[in-house]
Amino acid sequence: MTELLDLLRQYDVLGAFWLNIQLTFWGALLALVIGTVLAVMRISPLASLRWAGTVYVDIVRNTPLTVIMTFLVLAVWTQLGVSLSTNFTQNFFNFAVVGLGVYHAAFVCEAIRSGVNTVPVGQAEAARAIGLPFLATARMIVLPQAFRGSIAPLGNTLIALLKNSTVAAAASVANETAGTMKTMVEFRPDYLWPVFFTFAIGFVILVIPIGLATTWLSNKLAVKR
Amino acid sequence: MSSSVLFDEPGPRGRRSMAIGNVVGGVVVLGIAAWVLVTLAGKGQLDGGLWRAATNTRAWQFYYLPGLRNTLQAAAVATVGAVVFGILFGMGRLSHLRVVRWLSSVVVEFFRAVPVLLMMLFLNNLFGRFMRDLVADSAYTAVVVALVLYNGAVIAELVRSGVVNLPRGQSEAGLSVGLTPGQTLRSIQLPQALIAMLPAVVSQLVVVLKDSALGQLIGYKDLLRSAQILSSGESNPLQTLFVAAVLFIVVNIALSFAAHRLSRRLSSRTSGRTAPGPGIGNPVAATAGVDG
Repeated sequence: MTELLDLLRQYDVLGAFWLNIQLTFWGALLALVIGTVLAVMRISPLASLRWAGTVYVDIVRNTPLTVIMTFLVLAVWTQLGVSLSTNFTQNFFNFAVVGLGVYHAAFVCEAIRSGVNTVPVGQAEAARAIGLPFLATARMIVLPQAFRGSIAPLGNTLIALLKNSTVAAAASVANETAGTMKTMVEFRPDYLWPVFFTFAIGFVILVIPIGLATTWLSNKLAVKR
Repeated sequence: MSSSVLFDEPGPRGRRSMAIGNVVGGVVVLGIAAWVLVTLAGKGQLDGGLWRAATNTRAWQFYYLPGLRNTLQAAAVATVGAVVFGILFGMGRLSHLRVVRWLSSVVVEFFRAVPVLLMMLFLNNLFGRFMRDLVADSAYTAVVVALVLYNGAVIAELVRSGVVNLPRGQSEAGLSVGLTPGQTLRSIQLPQALIAMLPAVVSQLVVVLKDSALGQLIGYKDLLRSAQILSSGESNPLQTLFVAAVLFIVVNIALSFAAHRLSRRLSSRTSGRTAPGPGIGNPVAATAGVDG
């Protein structure tokens, strides 16, 4: 037992989880921004914007995140020489955040669109009747209600993002959970089960509060109809 | 909902400004595409040799097709296993025995929360180090078992919510003709729930296929790994990854399309709700928002 605790300290498991939480935070922020823009594009009157949004969502949603991460590092960084930071480690972190954000934006867009579906048609009609143009209708009437109606699917996207932050291993982010666990079980195979359960329980502890919080929030914030 | 309630049917002036907007939007999209192509050309990435090496017969015969076969094989086996696992534990969660219900809930919630990659890393080490005489190909088995456990847990939730979402009268009818609760579940509710969840299972195949690409990280020779091996010889990762991505996208879009068609066709066959999942891993809760 003491040996296991030493092992967990030696490899800084808490630090690994902290890195994944940071990846999740910045990835979620980026995904929320891109996803909201995509959602507005997909409900906009301009056919060209609707079309571009649909193409983005359909392509990204059907591409494995691993492919996106590998592409960012092997193609964008190695071949095209694009760098997101002068710091070597920070560069990979930033690429991983971009990968996570770009991938999950497609799901954020769909979550918001499912929220738009919860807004009664009469609301938009009333907004038009008092003379509001599209952007004002979307910004002041539809989106605020849509966000409150889409908290449950947004929460699922956030949980998926947290779990997918382990795929940052494919973008060469060192010291995050997947890489740390890999090193640990390779050097100490005799501790395979306890090490796995440490990481697994860690994710269970992180995921369950997000699920509970979003269920509670969606019940509390959803507009009662 | 049609999005058109958000804006009026445009008049002549609106139509003109929308046409202008479309042209501007189109120019912006084409401009971005042109900028990407020019940048790529500037870096020498549009060089024909690189693309030929990524698309010639040798690349397909020795890299993409075997890789695609491995990906599809792992996904197919994992899907069958996940459906079996899902029905078993989904019924477990509906059992009237508290112990069974509780155990199934713990198993399902655990495997839904653990990242598939960690599961693959763990199983790969477990099979490769400690069960060598039992498991011939540890990477392949780890990929399949990890996908079965995660997606099985998701499908278990689909089964449970499928049964719960059936109209109450279904079980009442079963009970009133003298069936036991277990018989009602097996012979009335479950068959309907299975039909209702079929489109979501097909969508879940997209998740399985995407997650199988994680096998690359534990050395399974899937499509992504094959593309990488090819590119390390030809030093054309951009081109080979592009081909691999297109293959993934084509297969997955076909599956999503099938899920939508299936959902429409099956909606008349069951009183449960048929809806394809979003393809991110948790279709049940994700569609719950639609009801409002």
